[in-house]
Amino acid sequence: MSDQGNRLGRLLSWDAAVVLVTVIVLIVASGAVENFGTSRNFTFLLLDLLPIALIALPMTFIIVTGEIDLSVASTLGLTSAVMGSLWDAGLTIEAIIPLCIVLGAVLGALNGFFVTVLKLPSLAVTIGTLALYRGLAFVVLGDGAVADFPRAYTSWVTGTIGDGPIPNVLVPLIVAALIFGVVLHATPIGRGVFAAGAGEQAARFAGIRTGRLKFWLYVVSGAVAGLAGVLWTLRYSSARADNGFGAELAVVAAVLLGGVSIFGGKGTLPGVLAGVVLLASLQNALRLQDVSNEALNIVTGVLLIVSVLLPNIVSSARTALRRRSRATAPVSPER
Amino acid sequence: MTVTEEARVTGKPTVHPRRSWTANVLKAREAGIVLALIVLVAFTATQNSRFLSGQSIRDILLGTAILAVLAVGQAIVMITRNIDLSVGSVLGLAAFAAGTLMQDNPGLPVIVTILVGLAVGAVCGLVNGALVRFGQVPALVVTLGTLYAYRGVSFFWAGGRQINADKLPVSFLDFGTASLLGVPWLVLIALLVLVVAGIVLRSYRGGRELYAMGSSPQAAQLAGIRVGRNTSVAFLVSGALAGLAGVLFAARFGTVDAAAGTGYELNVVAAAVVGGVAVFGGSGSVWGAGLGALLLTVIGSALAVLDINQFWQQAIVGALILLAIGADRLVAVRVAKALKKRDSHV
Repeated sequence: MSDQGNRLGRLLSWDAAVVLVTVIVLIVASGAVENFGTSRNFTFLLLDLLPIALIALPMTFIIVTGEIDLSVASTLGLTSAVMGSLWDAGLTIEAIIPLCIVLGAVLGALNGFFVTVLKLPSLAVTIGTLALYRGLAFVVLGDGAVADFPRAYTSWVTGTIGDGPIPNVLVPLIVAALIFGVVLHATPIGRGVFAAGAGEQAARFAGIRTGRLKFWLYVVSGAVAGLAGVLWTLRYSSARADNGFGAELAVVAAVLLGGVSIFGGKGTLPGVLAGVVLLASLQNALRLQDVSNEALNIVTGVLLIVSVLLPNIVSSARTALRRRSRATAPVSPER
Repeated sequence: MTVTEEARVTGKPTVHPRRSWTANVLKAREAGIVLALIVLVAFTATQNSRFLSGQSIRDILLGTAILAVLAVGQAIVMITRNIDLSVGSVLGLAAFAAGTLMQDNPGLPVIVTILVGLAVGAVCGLVNGALVRFGQVPALVVTLGTLYAYRGVSFFWAGGRQINADKLPVSFLDFGTASLLGVPWLVLIALLVLVVAGIVLRSYRGGRELYAMGSSPQAAQLAGIRVGRNTSVAFLVSGALAGLAGVLFAARFGTVDAAAGTGYELNVVAAAVVGGVAVFGGSGSVWGAGLGALLLTVIGSALAVLDINQFWQQAIVGALILLAIGADRLVAVRVAKALKKRDSHV
């Protein structure tokens, strides 16, 4: 019981630390970086973090169960490419959007099939589908682009509520985040996710169908990546096979930065959202300072490693200190 | 146990059933790749005789050489139940370092550049290894992070600059194309790497320890194997080989920018996995990884000759990874079943 409380406390403190750092970054950047604090930049910041935040929601579930999905960015790219070629083929946008989300779900189901039915390691499977889906995206669309999507849709995606600073697309994101958050933290499904990550065998003995659970998590992850592909395409009004290239790094980095354990079983959705905002504001501020996109990857890569390294260092330092104080107290009478 | 003792008494040669099983499986995998290669080459050659021209074979060998050097490093890391996703970025960094060095000091002997490339790669590998070993961070996370971090360093350093072949000394470019007794230098270097790594992994204590670690890290630790040190060494070797591959890359293509080798890690992982190196660690050989590299390169070149959309290449790489791990899983299940049956009879 006290252990549980202790763990909860530690998690809360990690979440709190991420929120605190995010606030500090926002304040410092608003003061020090020109144009960061403008409402126009605020809109761009939210638009930029939208696809990462969306994909991070199901990714949180998957990493909490102890698995991973590295294929999300390629799913986004393939959906975008298919969207472009369907539009070229003359389908209406109202038909294309649901088709693309279904396509994403099917791609996710393939991952889920390999991981849960064939029982293959998710790392290897999703590295394979990372290559496969991105390759298929290029097969579908080549290195060209499709651009002439209907204005009504593209301007809604880039537009803001009542011409204020809040983008329209923030509304579906908040709804999605609420649904995912409630499911993870307040339903039996969510408890099953944590149980599967903490100890798969124990979870199965407790009656949780971990295989079926994971399969559907991959389906949802694919569908959400498909939706992100649609929004990405509409936002830039450009369907390209290389859309979202490398985005899996940002998603995994944000999730781990938000305090989710890569070993599974631990993490909170509010923490992940804070991680997404922190990452996006750092990148936005650096980009305003004319740091190139590729150099920005140093920051993302290092943050990814640090967010996993730091909890390990803290906990091993803590045990070392405790052991030392316990060992030295009785043996050194001179103190 | 009784079987072995009996055999020792009777003087008959013993065949450990389990070893013969795994040996057969490995042979089947390598034979399968060779068969696939023969079918692919024969089919492509009948469609277009240009495929077997001297120039085409040369291109395939040079491409395989670079990929094989990377795949050997990957195999060593994967055998210890880790993964190194940063190899493509290390290759790019080392290639740019080598190119810059040769451009600024045209008189430098090629061997110095090779050593510099090895050193750049070794430092990158050392960082990976230290983070995995001391940080207790999974290799996947570390090398996914350093994949982007090392690539970022390349971009930071190179900016938009590009190293062109006409700025490089002739001696260096010759190294990329020249050959000894008809065999290109690049191929000789790759063969040397393969043979040394193959022998060390097969017959030396250090090599066997890597397999033990991959089969069961806890058991290896209990058996007195220095798991942490060996992990660092595996990443060091993988990094150094990626650095070497970077120098070979620069010498072969002559044109290097900050994006050199982007996405190579997928081909490298595919080569190793297709060649029978298990993602769970503990099994596979560098020979298999080398054959995997050859197969991938031949597929790429066959696509070009057969006039098939080049974009299929990456999709095929992905499909091959899935096929290979699926096949491994099937074999593992069969072997487990067979072993259970055998044990129940005893």
